[in-house]
Amino acid sequence: MTAYRSILEMIGNTPLVDVSPLSPNPGVSIFVKLEGQNPGGSVKDRPALAMIEDAEASGLLRPGATLLEPTSGNTGIGLAMVCRVKGYHLKVVLPSNVSPERRQLLELWGAEIIESPGSEGSNGAVRRARVLAAEHPEWVFLYQYGNPANPRAHYEGTAPEIWRDCPGITHFVAGLGTSGTLLGVGRFLKERDPAIQIWAVEPPAGEMVDGLRNLDDGYIPPIFSELGGEELLDRKTIVGPRDSILWTRRLTDLGIFAGISAGAALAGAVKCAASIERGVIVFVAADGGWKYLSTGAWTGDLDEVVERAKKTIYF
Amino acid sequence: MSVAIRLPTVLRPAASGQSVVNVDGETIGQVLERLQQTYPAIAGQVLTQEGSLHRFVNVYVNDDDVRYLDKLDTKVAPDDVVSILPAVAGGAS
Repeated sequence: MTAYRSILEMIGNTPLVDVSPLSPNPGVSIFVKLEGQNPGGSVKDRPALAMIEDAEASGLLRPGATLLEPTSGNTGIGLAMVCRVKGYHLKVVLPSNVSPERRQLLELWGAEIIESPGSEGSNGAVRRARVLAAEHPEWVFLYQYGNPANPRAHYEGTAPEIWRDCPGITHFVAGLGTSGTLLGVGRFLKERDPAIQIWAVEPPAGEMVDGLRNLDDGYIPPIFSELGGEELLDRKTIVGPRDSILWTRRLTDLGIFAGISAGAALAGAVKCAASIERGVIVFVAADGGWKYLSTGAWTGDLDEVVERAKKTIYF
Repeated sequence: MSVAIRLPTVLRPAASGQSVVNVDGETIGQVLERLQQTYPAIAGQVLTQEGSLHRFVNVYVNDDDVRYLDKLDTKVAPDDVVSILPAVAGGAS
């Protein structure tokens, strides 16, 4: 008999697919790592399980414990699924303007949602979570932005898979969120070949942060500072909603239904491909397109969709 | 030469409400110094007293973060768009 004992054993070991037909440069191949294939639906299943197992091993998490986490979606969903399976309770601090599917997924896994102002984006969720964590020391605050188990999940999982499946890799492109993926994969790849370039892609800040009073309210994930993110990255590029959506649509030409941040990462991979002579680029599709159907990103009027995307958190 | 600088919402009041201003300079460093000279209320917010980039501020030339190009020595051309944005918690993690 062949069966997984638990859905959690299916986390990781995601496939790599050749999307070189989308490369602007015949000398450069492009591959996508489909993290939407994880059981919870996104790459975040990896750090979610890793942070929880790390906390269990250190005794921080007791049976039936309550966890608190600021997250605009995928980490919350990953944590919620793992918590449900393991019997923990999860409270998620969530910006009010996330897509409705994210909210529904959190609720179906049994997470309690605490809202933070949409206009304050993820910064606002982190701020609110920190205040709540201080008020409730009995809750376990795994803090994905500061937890080394996050990048370690990628160093130990995502990275060796890429190295195994694509040993000729020259460039790695991924979205910059907590920086876990870029730090973990980046460090692993450069240890094996220092010439490998690590490119980060990010959404435009600006519109989402009207709640910022001054630039000192800015935020850099602690793991990024502590693990030398600035020294590790070779490039960081903004990809806006229009390009993100256009490239997400292009992926469907190859039968791939991925989330909007995958389009952003692909846009980054394409920019990279156009800037080099030869190469092998791997980029991450963090999740599938399911949670973004309500945005009309694939079938709606592009201008309308782009306008709506500027107000929603899709990255 | 003159380049366009897009200002983040939080700095616009210091530039009389403008979201885009034009400033002369051949490198990002020169452009940012000129910006702070032209709009004194911005002084210290983008470049520190010592002349380095404020740690919570990101500066982009045509969407590329200058920290990963040539930092303050990054060259700018007349058609380039420079954007100043605050560092924020990453996307939808």
